[in-house]
This record gives sequence, C-alpha cells and structure tokens, in this order.
Amino acid sequence: MPPPTAPKSGDALFASVERVNAELFTLTYGAIVRQLLTDLEEVEEVNKQLDQMGYNIGTRLVDEFLAKSNVSRCADFKETADVIAKLGFKMFLGVTATVTNWDAEGTSCSFVLEDNPLVDFVELPDTCQGLQYCNVLSGVIRGALEMVSMKTEVTWVRDMLRGDDAYEMRVKLTKQVPEEYPYKDDD
Amino acid sequence: MASAAIYSLFIINKSGGLIYYKDYGSAGRTDTNDSLRLASLWHSMHAISQQLSPTPGCAGIDLLQADNFDLHCFQSLTGTKFFAVCETGAQNIEVLLKVIYELYTDFVLKNPFYEMEMPIRCELFDLNLAQVIQKDRVALLGR
Repeated sequence: MPPPTAPKSGDALFASVERVNAELFTLTYGAIVRQLLTDLEEVEEVNKQLDQMGYNIGTRLVDEFLAKSNVSRCADFKETADVIAKLGFKMFLGVTATVTNWDAEGTSCSFVLEDNPLVDFVELPDTCQGLQYCNVLSGVIRGALEMVSMKTEVTWVRDMLRGDDAYEMRVKLTKQVPEEYPYKDDD
Repeated sequence: MASAAIYSLFIINKSGGLIYYKDYGSAGRTDTNDSLRLASLWHSMHAISQQLSPTPGCAGIDLLQADNFDLHCFQSLTGTKFFAVCETGAQNIEVLLKVIYELYTDFVLKNPFYEMEMPIRCELFDLNLAQVIQKDRVALLGR
C-alpha cells in the first residue's frame, strides 16, 4: 500500500479549487437573504431558513472537503475544530478562522472570523436587527459535522453587523455517534 | 477478454444500499437484484471485519484478494463506500477510487436535483467517470 498522501495546506487547497468572483458571491448571497425577507416577512423565520439552507449545503460539501483536502480521521474534537478553521474556511471562503475559548471538557469552542466575505457591502437596517445575516455559515458547520457523526449546536455570539469587533461562532459538541458496528445510537 | 483492469464498480451509501453500479466487461453479471444483494453483503462483511479486528480503530477491509480477482474498497469518512472488482495485481486502484470519490463530490453531490443517499442518475458523472476509466485503460496499454 502506498502511504496516504499528506493533507494539503490551506493555501494549496484554496489554489486547487475553482473560484468565482468575490463580488458575485457576496451579492448573490445578499439577494438570497433579501428574497427570504420578502417571502417570509418574519426575521426569525429567515434565520431558521438560512440555517436550514446551510445545513443542506453542509451535508453535501463535507464530502468535497474530505475528497480534496486529503485529511484523515481526526483524533478528537480539538483537531476537528483546527481542521475546519485552517482548511475548511480557507477552501470554501478564502479566509481562515481562529479557534479560541475552549471550555474545560474540550467540547465547545469558538471560531473567530476577522474577515468575512459574506458581509462586504452589508449594513443592517433598524427593521432587521434580529437578523443573523451569516446564519448559513453556522448551518454549514452543523450539517458537515453531522455527516461525520458529530451532533453540534452552533450559535453566533459576536457579529460585526451589530457593532462587535469580530465574528464569533460558538460550536458545542452535544453528541458523538459511534461509527463502529453495532451502532449504539438507538438509546 | 476485456483489456481493462477494472471489471466492475460499486458505490454504496452509508446504510448499505447500492447507489451506483457499472460493469466493465466482467463475465456477464448484470442482474440488478444480484448487484443489490452483493452490495449489501459487502456492506455487512465490511462491518464484520471491523468487529473481527484484534486492534481497535480498524476501518474495515481495504483489499480482498482471490485467485482470479482483487476487490479494492475505499470508504470515505462520511460512510460512503466505493469498491472496484479488478484483475489480480491491478495497481493504483486506491488512487483511482479516490479520483472517483472526487468525481462523486463534483458531479453528484453538487447536482441540486440529486437526492442524498438515492441511486445516482447523473449524466455528467457517467461521462466523467467513463473518461477517467478510459484514461486508466490507456495508461495500462502503454505499460
């Protein structure tokens, strides 16, 4: 057997995938959020819908990440978080996140984004103060992790659109489903 | 006698259902029921092999060698299995299966009308898969 190929670096990974114009990406996302606001009217509903859309994206996108990054199974949640921050965010968004604020058990942490391409031109109006504009991102993380047997809860704690100094996403591992047969997830 | 190294290719979802089957000139086993049964049997055998392993952390059978064929299996971390039945001693099949996994992420999962875990009916996937297999054959002829 040939040795498994080493994981790619974030930059190499970013260079190897196809990219679109950043403005097209940002404006398309803006148009989607705007349309959801028109269709659903309630800000809370829009948050939910964005999260659901992100989840659906995440469940598919995780395979592309695994196929193209050559990462192997992570030993623990800490390693998983590092891989997402350094490689996952880089591959799909072109930025990296920092992982901080670990709790004592090592089951929840924060991803801090200094730079977020989704919000380049966005200013939240007064009528949309409850809107979690980037909720699609937290949905993606939740969906992707669920496909590799980790149930998580993802929430936003800091949001630059609301005047904070960075974007901070809190990820809490609630349940790790065993992968080996017999599956013990029925209880 | 087929010149290809690969006799057939299977893709099974995480619950053991066959979602893709392609025959490349094996001795005429094309029955759909048979291929479905084989896929779910392989899924179970793969799970049993993990249980039999004396060391923890075994990911299941990678290669099964028989007198007249090799079976190479690659399981993604999300649980989808890709396995190919090949000539004995066929080389680089692990690499080929990785390439097929990439094609699956590009042309199956990114197709918005593909339902997860369901049988794959994507023309673009068929087309690109055929090209990769063809390239593999050309490389074989040149050796």
